[in-house]
Amino acid sequence: MASIVKLRRRDLLKAGAILGGGLVLGVHLPLVRGRAAQEAGTEPAPDPNAWIRIGPDDVVTVVVHHSEMGQGVYTGIPMLVAEELEVEWSRVRCEAAPVAAVYNHPWWGVQGTGGSTSIPSSWEPLRRVGATARTMLIAAAAAEWGVPAGECTAEGGRVLHRSSGREARYGALAQKAARLPVPAAVPLKEPKDFKLIGRPLPRLDTPEKAHGTAMFGIDVALPGMLTAVVARAPSFGGTVARFDAEKARAVPGVTLVAEVPSGVAVVAEGFHAATEGRDALEVEWAPGPEPQLSSEGLRQRYRELSGQPGSVARRDGDPAAALGRGAKTLTAEYEVPFLAHATMEPLNCAVDLRADRCEIWTGTQFQTADRNAAAAAAGLPPERVHLHTLLLGGGFGRRANPASDFVTEAVHVAKAAKAPVKVLWTREDDTRGGYYRPFWYDRISGALDADGRPMAWLHRIVGQSILAGTPFEAHMVKGGVDETSVEGAADLPYAIPHVQVELHSPRIPVPVLWWRSVGHSHTAFVVESFVDELAAAAGADPYAFRRGLLEEQPRHRGVLDLAAERAGWGKALPAGRHRGIAVHKSFGSYVAQVAEVSVDERGRVRVHRVVCAIDCGTVVNPDTVAAQIEGGIIFGLSATLYGELTFEKGRVRQGNFDDYPLVRLSDAPEVEVHIVPSEVPPSGVGEPGVPPIAPAVANAVFAATGKRLRRLPLTPERVRGG
Amino acid sequence: MIALDVNGVVHQLDVDPETPLLWVVRERLGLTGTKFGCGIEECGACTMHVDGVATKTCQLPVGRVQGKKVTTIEGLPEDHPVKRAWVAEEVPQCGYCQPGMVMAAASLLAARPNPTPAEVDRAMDANLCRCGTYPRIRRAIRRAAKGG
Repeated sequence: MASIVKLRRRDLLKAGAILGGGLVLGVHLPLVRGRAAQEAGTEPAPDPNAWIRIGPDDVVTVVVHHSEMGQGVYTGIPMLVAEELEVEWSRVRCEAAPVAAVYNHPWWGVQGTGGSTSIPSSWEPLRRVGATARTMLIAAAAAEWGVPAGECTAEGGRVLHRSSGREARYGALAQKAARLPVPAAVPLKEPKDFKLIGRPLPRLDTPEKAHGTAMFGIDVALPGMLTAVVARAPSFGGTVARFDAEKARAVPGVTLVAEVPSGVAVVAEGFHAATEGRDALEVEWAPGPEPQLSSEGLRQRYRELSGQPGSVARRDGDPAAALGRGAKTLTAEYEVPFLAHATMEPLNCAVDLRADRCEIWTGTQFQTADRNAAAAAAGLPPERVHLHTLLLGGGFGRRANPASDFVTEAVHVAKAAKAPVKVLWTREDDTRGGYYRPFWYDRISGALDADGRPMAWLHRIVGQSILAGTPFEAHMVKGGVDETSVEGAADLPYAIPHVQVELHSPRIPVPVLWWRSVGHSHTAFVVESFVDELAAAAGADPYAFRRGLLEEQPRHRGVLDLAAERAGWGKALPAGRHRGIAVHKSFGSYVAQVAEVSVDERGRVRVHRVVCAIDCGTVVNPDTVAAQIEGGIIFGLSATLYGELTFEKGRVRQGNFDDYPLVRLSDAPEVEVHIVPSEVPPSGVGEPGVPPIAPAVANAVFAATGKRLRRLPLTPERVRGG
Repeated sequence: MIALDVNGVVHQLDVDPETPLLWVVRERLGLTGTKFGCGIEECGACTMHVDGVATKTCQLPVGRVQGKKVTTIEGLPEDHPVKRAWVAEEVPQCGYCQPGMVMAAASLLAARPNPTPAEVDRAMDANLCRCGTYPRIRRAIRRAAKGG
């Protein structure tokens, strides 16, 4: 119950009260900047009152506008603020922001987390928040002492006036400082003066996560709260034809059965009763538009498309003609399956809907979209809807849904229940609930000249557009090309004179969404496997072959060289072990991985060690970077070895971890992460570790077996059968 | 009525004895540290100790643990060597699987104070982590085995 009181205290933030805990009369400056304004340095000064609260006990609470899903923003963002604010790390706490325009993502214009952009987009503005607040605290002390502010310094949470020996703690100054005008254009520290940034500081959320007191969306308890599960159509686009709730209603604990737009909700006292009730529910489903959808059928459809010209995403020179002039030409077809995000915390959302207001508790990556969708569903103005962001037990993109599916559904259930209600998804609901990483089928051709150098490259991609039908379509789908479908392919870094990348975006009734590393999750596998095929055709070492094509790409070469060197590329390995290499740029960062792999006689692939080099610009917290790369590799390894959703008669066959397995501890390789030192601004870290692992492993399997595998996952049957 | 001993406190609960222990603890006792991940005993997020042994609870009828001592993540002291090691090694990312991991590791080390890497793998394979914290889990268990 104590947790609910804590959550409701967030209402105080709406009064704008923060620095010093008193009411503030400061100007609330518009903060929808856009990336260009940010990079030009032309955005307005931030109001520290929205971001920092300093208590009389000197505890500094940073309000974090991004969602914490394990990637470490609840530590990284406060580090940016604390660095410039000049406070001891031990005094820093953090809190999730409410939904408000001041917390909009500076590049997106709405509040949300994704694209590995939290630190890169906060790098400048959040440091400026800290610097601005520090300046105001100094000004407050200087005014109190009647001395020039220029004679004062700030350090360790205190303002000092050395010549008179006076000092004041921030906790004593905060209320006064909060009332001062907000200065513009406060300069930031030089990197050589960083005390916090660049150090592996302990994460603020580690203790609660180790002790089990961390609160996730699924843990929320409201007075009088009921629990609901929803029966949804087994095939996408299907609807309720009729249902019989008699047996469901008779289950002890079930309070209500009601149709909602997404299916039939069973509301009960507790999860057990709700699921028992749903098991007793009889629903007849009207089929969706493709009731016979099957993986085999899709594969054939996509394969046909891959043989036809598509929308052009890139054309250098005349690849079609150049292919014909090669000394050696190769063509290959690659495919990767639909994938579920499989966050360990299944989807959930709690709603307390009243006549004039609505409160929502959930782990979401998309606050503005969800709040607005909830308001529309509730028939309330957005300012009457308060969305509380809890910790996310994994996001990976599933909780950033432009359709706001799980939040909107919960509002509809709350309308029917006329009581506070938490909608829980079972693992089967979650696995079969759609919004997958799409199925991709690629056809790729390359030609080598007489010297074994690639001269032509034609890559044709077939797969659903994630952005079609979303608000992002307007500026991210151009000329029929969804940027996210070709990222990692259209920006091929290799020095090949004739390059063409084409796209087909078939429309099928399977909801799709970004999945950690998005388009790169598929293009890196194809590109880095096919370049390996060209290397083999040229009789060249895979590392040297790539290196030779990256002369104009120093940052690609930098990570490639570092990974190869630390992996001991070229040196002897224990018997049965083989290496594969891959290099890929995504989300602004450059990553190379070398995988050491063995394959047994049953075709089982074992990854023993992965050596990874990353260039992500300036590093805020190196331990977070290492953790994200370790985690990204293991996340990607599940997709490499196991992950596959298949369709039969319109339905997804898999449902839980018994048929949609994940990598376990005994599968996990030793991972070494090497960070390239850099002083350019930070680039993405959450996702870039994922794309290279699949091709690095597949390339190692080729080295081990002589078999080129062009389809994920690398099941033992496929490795054996070839 | 079911008499349920959780973390040393006995609760008298009017609950269907077929209700899984996980949901009785989470919903009736308000102890939400133990998590729901799959419902089929495949992921281990629901791991508690029953008489000191790591046990999955998402399908375990509460009636079956009458007379036994149930310990949840909340019942392990803050200075437990496994919890300390988990913090020292910065193990958690999203953190959702970690209560189950800590309980599994604590049970393992209580039975095998000095497990071999293979024993660690076998014991901890019962618990899934989607964020890939396995390398740090290995290090934390080694650290906890040495006394933290």
